[in-house]
Amino acid sequence: MAESVKDIVLEYIRNEYLEEGDDREVNYDTPIISGGIVDSFSMVSLKVFLETQYNISIPDTKATPEAFDSVNNIVTLLKEFNIE
Amino acid sequence: MAYSDEIRTVFANVIADIRTQGLFKEERAICAPQGADIEVEFPIGSAKKKVINMCANNYLGLSSHPDVVEAARKGLDHRGYGMSSVRFICGTQDIHKELEEKLTEFLGTEDTILFPSCFDANAGVFEAVLTEEDIMIADRLVHASIVDGMRLAKAQQDTYKHSDMKHLEQKLQLHQDKRIRLIITDGSFSMDGDLAKLDQIVALAEKYNAMVFIDESHTSGFIGKTGRGTHEHFGVLGKIDIITTTLGKALGGASGGCVSGRKEIVEMCRQKGRPYLFSNTVAPVVVEGALKVLDLISKSTERRDKLEQNTIFWRKGLTEGGLIIKDGETPIVPVMLFNAKLSQDFSKDLYDEGIYAVGFFFPVVPKGQARIRTQLSAAHDMHHLEKALAAFLKVGKKYNILHKTKQEIIDMYGM
Repeated sequence: MAESVKDIVLEYIRNEYLEEGDDREVNYDTPIISGGIVDSFSMVSLKVFLETQYNISIPDTKATPEAFDSVNNIVTLLKEFNIE
Repeated sequence: MAYSDEIRTVFANVIADIRTQGLFKEERAICAPQGADIEVEFPIGSAKKKVINMCANNYLGLSSHPDVVEAARKGLDHRGYGMSSVRFICGTQDIHKELEEKLTEFLGTEDTILFPSCFDANAGVFEAVLTEEDIMIADRLVHASIVDGMRLAKAQQDTYKHSDMKHLEQKLQLHQDKRIRLIITDGSFSMDGDLAKLDQIVALAEKYNAMVFIDESHTSGFIGKTGRGTHEHFGVLGKIDIITTTLGKALGGASGGCVSGRKEIVEMCRQKGRPYLFSNTVAPVVVEGALKVLDLISKSTERRDKLEQNTIFWRKGLTEGGLIIKDGETPIVPVMLFNAKLSQDFSKDLYDEGIYAVGFFFPVVPKGQARIRTQLSAAHDMHHLEKALAAFLKVGKKYNILHKTKQEIIDMYGM
């Protein structure tokens, strides 16, 4: 069975933003931006990943720190692009 | 009145929030020229106190050097106080062209364009040079001015983990479909004092057909055998496509910055760089001072060598005394305290001991990484450093953090 969108995004965030030996727990509802794991500048990598992975273009008005603040929020955003 | 009580309250509440979060920044009035020994009013209006400055970007001690001051004075006499113009209308003097040529020679590039500051250089260069077909791939710890410059540009953006070459390589592979790939990094990272791995970055750039941008604000004048910068240190002179740097730190400390690099890129900044086109020219007095600085440091490496010796002494003294510092070789030496309040208290106690060094904490540095950033200068003599070291160890002892591990300090004071 193909990996769910939720798990793909979660795995990406863990690989992309946690350093080796960083044992902070990141789950579906962990606040990654307001929680200080990802800063607003580094967030651009996540946008690039989602756009490349799902072949979509996320306008800046939708790519907000709030929309990207957790895996669950990102999944909600992706639903707007019919990605589930 | 448009500025109503309601509007005033909106702003007052924002400021109150900043205070509540412990993030309110206060200026200290220095009642002396910049140097190792300064007189400070802190808080402003209180009695003046003589302290040793351990937090200036005055790396080469040239900010108040008599030869630089004299050159600036002559500049004032010969070329006046201001130009009342941007560069391309009637704001370019012979000395501006001369300084651009001298910077080109010093940095080992093809051409240079002056900007009012390095912040402006970074804010303007990406927008002037890149388009939406291009990608900017930046180290995650680059300076705020680069972040702002990237946001102003139309080019696409991506980032890589700080100094993680494997991650950078993945990003270069990912973006092979773009017209231009530009790797963006600071030469020396101002909060941690570490150097970019520029030899490896250049090798990756060659492998994946990318250009390289470095901000040399915290290296120009003293990193590398003759102080040319990070590219000299790593043996990649001539291989960097875009260098930005400042005249506001080691190179006299007044103001002004530049973009230096491939001649077509510099020309595009001259034609399209908005902070260049729409901001006043660098004042003649600053230009003359900077010319003298370049003359002094091109003739002798004495000041850069003294700074290196000071840095070795300071790093060794702090480490052997039992404080935790960030490893590195630059004159930016962060003393790690981890807890924000501890960094503020430590700084205040240092001030009482006659040492001026400021605490940095979130959001300037990540949570749990509060520190006091110390910066060495060629203006420091051994007696300054010995006194400062004694003060750091005295205050460290007071807080019982000498020869303690990071975890032990966090256990005592929290993150």
